[in-house]
Amino acid sequence: MKARITVTLKNGVLDPQGKAIEHALSGLGFDGVGQVRQGKVFDIELTGADKAKAEADLKAMCDKLLANTVIENYSVTLT
Amino acid sequence: MKSAVVLLPGLNRDRDMIAALTKISGQPPATVWQTDTEIPDVDLIAIPGGFSFGDYLRCGAIAARMPVMRAVAEKAARGVTVIGVCNGFQILVEAGLLPGALMRNASLKFVCRQVKLEIANANTMFTRGYQPGQVIRSPVAHHDGNYFADAKTLARLEGEGQVVFRYAEDTNPNGSINDIAGIVNDKGNVLGLMPHPENLIEAAHGGNDGRALFESALGIAA
Repeated sequence: MKARITVTLKNGVLDPQGKAIEHALSGLGFDGVGQVRQGKVFDIELTGADKAKAEADLKAMCDKLLANTVIENYSVTLT
Repeated sequence: MKSAVVLLPGLNRDRDMIAALTKISGQPPATVWQTDTEIPDVDLIAIPGGFSFGDYLRCGAIAARMPVMRAVAEKAARGVTVIGVCNGFQILVEAGLLPGALMRNASLKFVCRQVKLEIANANTMFTRGYQPGQVIRSPVAHHDGNYFADAKTLARLEGEGQVVFRYAEDTNPNGSINDIAGIVNDKGNVLGLMPHPENLIEAAHGGNDGRALFESALGIAA
């Protein structure tokens, strides 16, 4: 199984990097760019076949290490 | 007074911390490596600054999950004094020993300069050697010192006097909320701060503004 975990900053948490990217996109002439928020993507290969266990493990991985839940949200997709 | 310094790969202010503690306490601190599961019987544990694990994932995130940090947490729970400076502060926050998070500087730039710090609470074991409201100088050198906490946590920190150091005189170098430079835990025995007081402890440093912090924590201050 393969999983993709996306970690993004929570709403209300200032994202200066997203802001800088937003300005750079405008600078390149892209009109109509609203707010930009940046984040991280983790692609994780899993050896087991138990989907329920994988989902539980991935959630624990996010809570324990991959995301800082003080400032970040995460989402998990299994394929 | 006995102290210990935590060593992790990628830290680079460990020698400064060891030198400061040696000079102020009169004896060299013990050193504990990241894989150590026990810390000797000491009065103070210091986590120095630097870039543990190359700041991979998030500053301090990997270090916070190393075995030595479980030992630090156990000591802290038993009331041992803990100071985390710069990356050490980031590690304490990632380890859950202090609330909130340290984010990328609002300017997106690494800052290396001297700032002014107000003693926001002089009634802590780390600041009793200072006067309330006193403004001291301290060097800073970091890329991720922008302190953030949700509104509820922030209200608690402010209400309980857990904000100990605040950037003063418009010297906030990182956009930190409420100009917060350093905080203590609710028990008051764990301090994290972004500035480097260990780099301003004697005349050769150009001043000794940071010395009273260590003297206070080591119980040497008058």
